[in-house]
Amino acid sequence: MKRILILGGGTGGTLVANRLRRAIAPHDAVITVVDQDDRHVYQPGLLFVPFGLTDPDEITRPRRRQLHAGIAFHRAGIDRVDLGSQAVALDDGTVLGYDVLVVATGARLIPEETEGLTSGRWPDRVHTFYTPAGAGALRDALARFEGGRIAVNVVDMPIKCPVAPLEFCFLADWYFQQRKIRDRVELTYVTPLDGAFTKPVASATLGALLAEKGVGLVTEFNTGAIDTAGSPGRLVSWDEREVPFDLAVVIPLHGGAGYVTRSPGLGDELGFITVDQRTLQSQAAPNVFAIGDATGVPASKAGSVTHFEGEVLVENIQRFLAGKPLDASFDGHANCFIETGFGKALLIDFNYDTEPVTGHYPAAVGLPLLKQSRLNHLAKLMFQSFYWHGLLPGRVIPGIGSAMPERGKRGLTARREHTTTAVGRRAS
Amino acid sequence: MSTATYAGQTVSVSDDGFFTDPSQWTEEMAPEIAKAEGIDHLTAQHWQVISFMRHEYEAKGTGPTVRVLGKTSGVSVKELYQLFPKGPAKIAAKVSGIPKPRGCI
Repeated sequence: MKRILILGGGTGGTLVANRLRRAIAPHDAVITVVDQDDRHVYQPGLLFVPFGLTDPDEITRPRRRQLHAGIAFHRAGIDRVDLGSQAVALDDGTVLGYDVLVVATGARLIPEETEGLTSGRWPDRVHTFYTPAGAGALRDALARFEGGRIAVNVVDMPIKCPVAPLEFCFLADWYFQQRKIRDRVELTYVTPLDGAFTKPVASATLGALLAEKGVGLVTEFNTGAIDTAGSPGRLVSWDEREVPFDLAVVIPLHGGAGYVTRSPGLGDELGFITVDQRTLQSQAAPNVFAIGDATGVPASKAGSVTHFEGEVLVENIQRFLAGKPLDASFDGHANCFIETGFGKALLIDFNYDTEPVTGHYPAAVGLPLLKQSRLNHLAKLMFQSFYWHGLLPGRVIPGIGSAMPERGKRGLTARREHTTTAVGRRAS
Repeated sequence: MSTATYAGQTVSVSDDGFFTDPSQWTEEMAPEIAKAEGIDHLTAQHWQVISFMRHEYEAKGTGPTVRVLGKTSGVSVKELYQLFPKGPAKIAAKVSGIPKPRGCI
């Protein structure tokens, strides 16, 4: 009887546990999921909370109820992982041994790395929507806001859902128009990147959209401090530039879970797990794997990436247990709906080697890529139901595979001739 | 893809001036690249960062972010900005002869 231990009962931990339980007979392996709490948050929903479009309670469900029969749920914090003795020490004193370990504890916010922020109560006028409590407090602050300067600031990369802060700007433009005070609100997006987004084609499209909606853009701004002593408050960069604000929406530095840095060899400097980006196997120990936001792979920290990784990971855990070579087919596939306000959204689809381009997804007849459309908005809304009833249970969606589809994408063949790396490992 | 000449040697660089082949870099080239970036004199601390950058690139295949540099190079983020005012991660990568840091996606 093999012991498969999964740390974290969020998107990745849950879908891997459910898929593995279906794939492996109960007498062959015991599957245990550990998490410090029993609140599974549908994180894409957090973006909508500040605008009163949903509520933290509506996007939260018990973790254990998302796990299928035959999966044990152990509620405790994690103290450390000992790769040598293949055991995990929990805060409640329990020590769980494993034959295969899956790290799925996501990313955590580390506000205390920025001067002026703490892990406790934040100063007045400074908010985030990256936690349920923060998103709720921001909703109240926006409701009270009657005009002035709002700065939306990404402190450093990587962050969960790199498009969410842009979506926040688009929705804020819509929100204040609805309230008929848009002319009294100055919106500025302040990013450490050299454009609105990381990849050139999407960056140009999203940058143009910011301009169209009257949102200012400050680039290459590496926030060193947030000063709320005076009025207005100030974002101060390491190279001593300043952005004044009456209300700041800050996405703090992200790192891996705290126990990762307490576990020698498990993660990198920021606590993300170093894994092979195609197999998701840890470089520290062959029986350790990671999925989702917890990994250090150069892909977006997004639920879609986690979903696509899940397929490869479940296959690889079975191969590892059977002593077979691993499947090196994860291509970094990410797929993000970008809410642009007024009932529209655009969609981007990309992987390690292919940047987001225009066209349609998943094939020529499908959702428009990099283009605002009502269909994309509706697809984004419908996704929440699919998340609970399709993605977490590990159901397969017809036509949506793990690998990024090339059909429907414009300019891919021409572009490929200019890149040195091969695009896509599987035939589409 | 284009080329640049440092210390009398022709090297391959990307459109934005980063080395595409770190093995073409030599220590003699660093002061010249630095000067073009507005750094007139490379101090011992600069060299500490350069050596760290090259080591990180060798180990991980990409240059570190400012945050990681600040945590692991022994030079604080504040000092890094004093050394490389126009942005430590990028400028230090350029001076160290490694490709543009992948940054994050």
